[in-house]
Amino acid sequence: MYQYDKYDQAIVDARVEEFRDQVRRRMAGEITEDQFKPLRLMNGLYLQLHAYMLRVAIPYGTLSSKQMKMLGHIARKYDRDYGHFTTRQNVQYNWIKLEDTPDILADLASVEMHAIQTSGNCIRNISSDQYAGAAADEVTDPRPWAELLRQWSTFHPEFSYLPRKFKIAVIASPEDRAAMRLHDIGIELVKKDGVLGARIFVGGGMGRTPMIAPEINPFVKADDLLSYLEACLRVYNRYGRRDNAYKARIKILIHEHGADNYRADVETEFAHVKTLDLDPPLAELERISAFFAAPAFDPNASDDVDRSDPDFAVWLDQNVKPHKAKGYAIVNIAVKPTGGIPGDATSDQIDLMADLALDYSFDELRVTHAQNIVLPHVKKSDLYAVWQKLDAAGLANANLDLVSDIIACPGLDYCSLANARSIPVAQKLSERFADLDRQRDIGELKLKISGCINACGHHHAGHIGILGVDKKGVENYQITLGGSGAEDVSIGKIMGPGFDQDGVVDAVERVIEKYREVREGDERFLDTYRRVGNDVFKEAVYG
Amino acid sequence: MKLLTGNDLGSGDVVWWTGSGWSRDVKEAVDAGDGADAILKQEEAARRVNASYAVDAGSDGLPVHIKDRIRAAGPSVRKDLGVNPDIQLEKA
Amino acid sequence: MADPIVSFAAFEGSNATAVRIEPGDDARVLLPHLDRLTLVEVTFPAFRDGRGYSSARILREAGYTGTLRAAGDVLVDQVPYMKRCGFDDFVPNAPLDAAVVEKLSSLYPEPYQRTVDGKVPVWKLRHG
Repeated sequence: MYQYDKYDQAIVDARVEEFRDQVRRRMAGEITEDQFKPLRLMNGLYLQLHAYMLRVAIPYGTLSSKQMKMLGHIARKYDRDYGHFTTRQNVQYNWIKLEDTPDILADLASVEMHAIQTSGNCIRNISSDQYAGAAADEVTDPRPWAELLRQWSTFHPEFSYLPRKFKIAVIASPEDRAAMRLHDIGIELVKKDGVLGARIFVGGGMGRTPMIAPEINPFVKADDLLSYLEACLRVYNRYGRRDNAYKARIKILIHEHGADNYRADVETEFAHVKTLDLDPPLAELERISAFFAAPAFDPNASDDVDRSDPDFAVWLDQNVKPHKAKGYAIVNIAVKPTGGIPGDATSDQIDLMADLALDYSFDELRVTHAQNIVLPHVKKSDLYAVWQKLDAAGLANANLDLVSDIIACPGLDYCSLANARSIPVAQKLSERFADLDRQRDIGELKLKISGCINACGHHHAGHIGILGVDKKGVENYQITLGGSGAEDVSIGKIMGPGFDQDGVVDAVERVIEKYREVREGDERFLDTYRRVGNDVFKEAVYG
Repeated sequence: MKLLTGNDLGSGDVVWWTGSGWSRDVKEAVDAGDGADAILKQEEAARRVNASYAVDAGSDGLPVHIKDRIRAAGPSVRKDLGVNPDIQLEKA
Repeated sequence: MADPIVSFAAFEGSNATAVRIEPGDDARVLLPHLDRLTLVEVTFPAFRDGRGYSSARILREAGYTGTLRAAGDVLVDQVPYMKRCGFDDFVPNAPLDAAVVEKLSSLYPEPYQRTVDGKVPVWKLRHG
């Protein structure tokens, strides 16, 4: 894992002091809420439905156990004993006091964490593959590159008042576990003639106008990357729309201007920027990479696992994924208990996961965009012990990637932008499909729920998506079908008229039963949908 | 009937205008009548409330819109954390 | 007495040495004339509109050495970012608190990025 040096620490410490003073000035009335808002947002502090909400950055979703413990400590000391893991691999606290935030930031800084640029019209926390460094299919670990970008984007003076927020993801596997092409910039690390470089996609996103990012450059060399991104952002900062917040994301610029024109503008700007000596030497990427060297795996670790406990065996098959090292596995902790709140974990659960990471996973955890937690490096011989401890804490639901492994935004229970509640729909669906045998028979099914058109619950990318809307003051839910955030990326299509809360649960069940009826072989729901189309399901639901 | 609501600047708590101050309990809220704008302006300036606004209330004395009913009640999925968790959210 | 500041539209074809550019104006149009310019005023009609930061950097990157002024809705917490983009003069709508400006100017000693303010980026300090 990356460790701060004195420069990194000084920057984060300075931020704490800066924000302490900004809070003081706001409390004293020296600045208005209108002036304070962008300042607090750049520190991840929102004013939500019930209170302030603090979003803490988890760069590329990677945490040490000490950092995880701090998240539990903050939940216990400053919040109401729980945290919420988000679809951007971050964590949110729902009941924060403005007066406490400088102290919270100081606590975070003590474990090399921060809330910098987790909101605001700036470059947000860089997301990545939750299996980075452990996946068998990666060409390299994407996290050193993501860390390079984290540093470059932190307090970038030119790009802190962009037309709109800006999200970047970095992956390094053909399998896309980070919804890379649904980001403002998606980067896939690839090898060309034995040399690593970045394949750049620009202009993806969800929200009210979902778009899949087109490729803008097939290969940017490591020592050109920051200059190239600088050019990408400068073109956006200068020409992105500022007349309408709903049309201000870079995807709209590229859609209206054309990917070819945008690419040409970036090339021109890059030719200029490259003369300015903005790129760190390759030695900097090497320095960062050294922190991400593979842990000392036991070369004698055995691949044998005792499957005699049937509940354990189910969990093993569903939540445990292959690791690149012999005798090791990737453990997924689905933070999706039946009837629970997706992504919510109590302080005690957070502590437990931290302890497990320390004892069994080389001190590392990951947060996934599906609001789950990963122990990336677990010895196969330890899997049973890990499972028993998770099970005792209510964290061993064997539903990874199944219909009850639901992504849901906080929705109208917490969010001031929401039009409808998301969490109760997720709870009802997970109860309806509580039977694990039935879920496993249905197979991989990504169900994603957003409580408004901003799509924080990724409904556009759900095999089945649910969008909550406000229909004359009443919550109403539309279903979309056929979306995917993976390497077979697609945007779901609206099936038909919406439903109330119970109606949408029934409708989802009818869609799924139709799939079981018409599927061929081992087709996933998504494959069947793509083969048979919308009408079959529409007919099943609306008759 | 108009209720005034907003958040406490320091704590962020949802608060309601009681006629003489701000309460976390919507049941202490009073009709602000025609004075809404003037009260909000004065209270914002004194930083006794933040991000304030007026909402329509129904015959039950509670906000009409579900968003503000949830603000008054607390999250419907965490009734243990609400101020008035038993407020009916949907229109009768 | 300083020369009057002309608008961007009136600048071309004039002999003006001071010009005002709005957020939508292309700063690169000024590049052939940098030798005679002594003042470029970049306006910020709204603090959220960040186009002026790019305009400033583009001028400095091209070698402009005259005064670069940020004018309009300029907030004290933005001044450090503006300085990093090459601004060296500020004419805000509301006066800046000098104590806060001073405090902020020394808060962040070493930045991550190289820009046009001459500060040495962290990666350079690490690798020489």
